[in-house]
Amino acid sequence: MTYLKKSPWVIHYDASSCNGCDIEVLAALTPVYDVERFGIINTGNPKHADIFLVTGSVNEQNREVVKNIYEQIPEPKVVVAIGICAASGGIFRECYNVLGGIDKVIPVDVFVPGCAARPESIIDGVVTALGILETKRLAMKEKGNETMEKPGSAV
Amino acid sequence: MTKQIIIPFGPQHPVLPEPIHLDLVLEDEKVIEAIPSIGYIHRGFEKLVEKREFTEYVYVAERTCGICSFIHGLTYCQGIEEIMKVEVPERALFLRTIWSEYSRLHSHLLWLGCFADSFGFENLFMNAWRIRERILDVMEQTTGGRVIQGSCKIGGVRKDIIGEKLDQMSKDLDSIQQELEELTNVFLRDASIRHRLKNVGVLSRDDAYSCGAVGPTARGSGVSYDMRKTGYAAYGKLNLETVTESDGDCYARCTVRCRELFTSIDLIKQAIRKIPDGPVDVKVTGAPDGEYFARSEQPRGELVHYIKGNGTKFLVRSRIRTPTLTNIPPLVKMLQGCELADVPVIVLSIDPCISCTER
Repeated sequence: MTYLKKSPWVIHYDASSCNGCDIEVLAALTPVYDVERFGIINTGNPKHADIFLVTGSVNEQNREVVKNIYEQIPEPKVVVAIGICAASGGIFRECYNVLGGIDKVIPVDVFVPGCAARPESIIDGVVTALGILETKRLAMKEKGNETMEKPGSAV
Repeated sequence: MTKQIIIPFGPQHPVLPEPIHLDLVLEDEKVIEAIPSIGYIHRGFEKLVEKREFTEYVYVAERTCGICSFIHGLTYCQGIEEIMKVEVPERALFLRTIWSEYSRLHSHLLWLGCFADSFGFENLFMNAWRIRERILDVMEQTTGGRVIQGSCKIGGVRKDIIGEKLDQMSKDLDSIQQELEELTNVFLRDASIRHRLKNVGVLSRDDAYSCGAVGPTARGSGVSYDMRKTGYAAYGKLNLETVTESDGDCYARCTVRCRELFTSIDLIKQAIRKIPDGPVDVKVTGAPDGEYFARSEQPRGELVHYIKGNGTKFLVRSRIRTPTLTNIPPLVKMLQGCELADVPVIVLSIDPCISCTER
């Protein structure tokens, strides 16, 4: 285990979800589910984050916001799309202002199913993301980014 | 003259679970004007009525918002039932009331948590959400869903709650009430919280009325306005006291919501005592022909569903007016002249639900 795998920080953005998945993401942070036991902290700053949790589908106005947040997260990073809306648009798929899943705008690593996604499955998705984060980190290391190994150095 | 600067607030901001954008015009630390812009979660599902049958649209209506989902479904069903002259069985009406009040409990607790987070009281946020999980457990046990229930349908409800479970729910509410007393005690008595909330974001009674404030935002300013008083579902048969406070500041709005938690518990207990036996749904045939404004009280205020049908199974028009939308003009009023550091607290104090607002 590396320090990154021990304490990944997440950033959450509500693209155009109905709120159901958002409050379940928050519920996952609170005492009953308590993801902080995995060292996971919710941050508001994309530059501090390792995992990007997106709920809801993209529309015309927020596609730039989603892209902007994604680009600001430092490498290695993982995107977890939460809920069926983030995967395909879900029940709102045929709405005129819904472009479809998050993968239309940014690359997605983990899809969490459900409407609304349950906190258990969100935690499962994040834990899966940790594995992917580690793979990405190793790939970066092979490319010769040696600063990676020093704890506390900028990743 | 001091120089004016504009600070953008949102759409992605740590205190906001959902995106809303405000341009704050500042002179030093003082907010002169707040210009809201919305549209980050607009999906446009009101137009889906043309593609979904009116019986299926209940599910879409419920997903207007994941917090007050049950009440959205209920209001839509009420509208259709009113157009089609469907007699909903008594027991179903009581069950709808019980679930509505559980929704209100979980929504207010959610808000209390987020509000505590906005003034930096992390521990209180965690505690409010811990109690909220107990409410969600009951929701899940009785409807099958934690936040999106899907238990309301046109002509009644989809599931019944057996008598033993109702008794157990009533008993659980006693212990929940004790926990809530401890929790609200901190919100209302703690010196540092009072310091952050008293005289912050004051909305006068006249402003609340003329800007069209609804729900706890209006009631915190002394406007006694509660749609439950119209007696929809089973509210007409229950004893309900409207909670109002007169100060109109963030503390008053917080007090209203804290006191409403106990009103909700009381309403659920009353409903459990009075619930009659009988069927929970009736068969509905035909299609709605006509129009109706269905109104109900959401945790955030008055909710209006306008529904128009033409006798086919697809509706012609659905229009939803949600409480947060009407609470934005009062919010802009509250923000004028406040300190920049108080902006998150004031924004949260109207309990913004952006998914509702933008639909």
